[in-house]
Amino acid sequence: MDNLDNALTVEENLYIYGRYFGLSKSFIRPKIEELLDFAQLVEKRGVKVEALSGGMKRRLTIARALVSEPEILMLDEPTTGLDPQARHILWDRLFRLKEQGVTLLITTHYMDEAEQLCDRLMVMDKGSIMAEDSPAGLIKTHSTKEVLEVRFGSDRNAVVAPELRELCDRIEVLPDRILMYADDGEELLHQLNQKGLHPLTSLVRRSSLEDVFLRLTGRTLID
Amino acid sequence: MAQVAPRQGSLKLVNTERIKSRGAFAVVEARVMIFMKYLPALLSVAVANPFLYLLAVGVGVGKLINAHSGGVDGVKYLTFLAPALLATAAIQNALDEVVFPTLEGFKWNKNFFAMNATPISAKQIANGVLIAAMTRVLFSVTVYGTIIFLFGGFTTARGWLAIPTALAAAAAFGAFIMGIAAWTTNDDQFFMVLNRFIIMPLFLFSGTFYQLSSMPIYLRWVGWLSPLWHCTELGRYLTYGHHISAYMFAFHIVYIIAMFTFGMNFAHRQFTKRLSR
Repeated sequence: MDNLDNALTVEENLYIYGRYFGLSKSFIRPKIEELLDFAQLVEKRGVKVEALSGGMKRRLTIARALVSEPEILMLDEPTTGLDPQARHILWDRLFRLKEQGVTLLITTHYMDEAEQLCDRLMVMDKGSIMAEDSPAGLIKTHSTKEVLEVRFGSDRNAVVAPELRELCDRIEVLPDRILMYADDGEELLHQLNQKGLHPLTSLVRRSSLEDVFLRLTGRTLID
Repeated sequence: MAQVAPRQGSLKLVNTERIKSRGAFAVVEARVMIFMKYLPALLSVAVANPFLYLLAVGVGVGKLINAHSGGVDGVKYLTFLAPALLATAAIQNALDEVVFPTLEGFKWNKNFFAMNATPISAKQIANGVLIAAMTRVLFSVTVYGTIIFLFGGFTTARGWLAIPTALAAAAAFGAFIMGIAAWTTNDDQFFMVLNRFIIMPLFLFSGTFYQLSSMPIYLRWVGWLSPLWHCTELGRYLTYGHHISAYMFAFHIVYIIAMFTFGMNFAHRQFTKRLSR
């Protein structure tokens, strides 16, 4: 929840938060300019918080936390509920903070977010740590280089699964599609076609953290 | 692009010792910034309310009483009424300024949690809210006092002494109610109970419009419990020499201090408990 002070404007929220940290007015004034710029809220400076969109409020909440120049920033699902554009703006801003040397501690359900922002990450399931490494390291250890996603239609997925299993070491049968793990996805698709198995749709992609999560916890993030 | 100063880092920037001693004033500053937003409304309420009230009760009813019995307690009705009116207005203002921010801070908007994420402590938030409320009370009561003065309610300069007694009533009651507002999770019922079963009876049965001694004994306990009665008695003693024994004079003061101390402790406990959830 973005617990900003609704009665105050964007600028005043930044100002008063600085005051809570005991900072002097002469320090806060230029800091506000820097933070408004950072949060891309310069034009909204005099607007009451109530009138902001969800993404703006989230950016302001993060900008507010930066007023005291923290060494560590803890973010609990920072982009949950934001539209894709707002997420990308926020990721960009968080990445800049990382570049400035601020340590970010993020909890998230979005694997793409973790992949974008984290140097090290821990996969947790039901309170226990399942794995810990860099995003690339985790993918390398727990998944293949590529993934072939095929759909045969909801009814047929389970039926063809045994035949697919013969073609690669690991497959995951999801309700709507089958994931086939291989180092060369195109080659695997070729083999599939040669065997006379023609999926309705197919997609070759790189392995992602989502595949790691699936491997480690045995369930998709949709659960 | 704004000029970006080199990072100093919070360890260097934030002086936690200073916040320990002065943190409550940052909360006051926030509250005052909000007051300033509705200053015209605050001003008009501060002037219009007492003006209308004094016109109706002080002058209208007062004329009737002065004509029939030559005033109350040896003075004209408005002089008798003034300390009670000031204390009532002070309490009402204090309640507005402790109840709404507290409910908002804990429930509606949760901004107390944001404050508490800084080095500001739960106690400092409670202190800040009360100090800010008292600044508004001081403002309103001074306006009210001036209007009473213009209506001829203060026969001597001592009349102004009803302002400190009104402030005392507001502080004692405000602290206690702030604790209750922090404790409550059901704000709908809270307002109903507060207004119907606490504010109204206190206003009516605390010797506001007539002396408590003219009430039947089985109703007087409301006044004895009420900070309004204790402060009104003190105010009447100070402003026009209403008779109270030395023992009662001391008792009124002790009661108000005790209520304030208890209220503040209670509020501190509730704020701390709620913010650590």
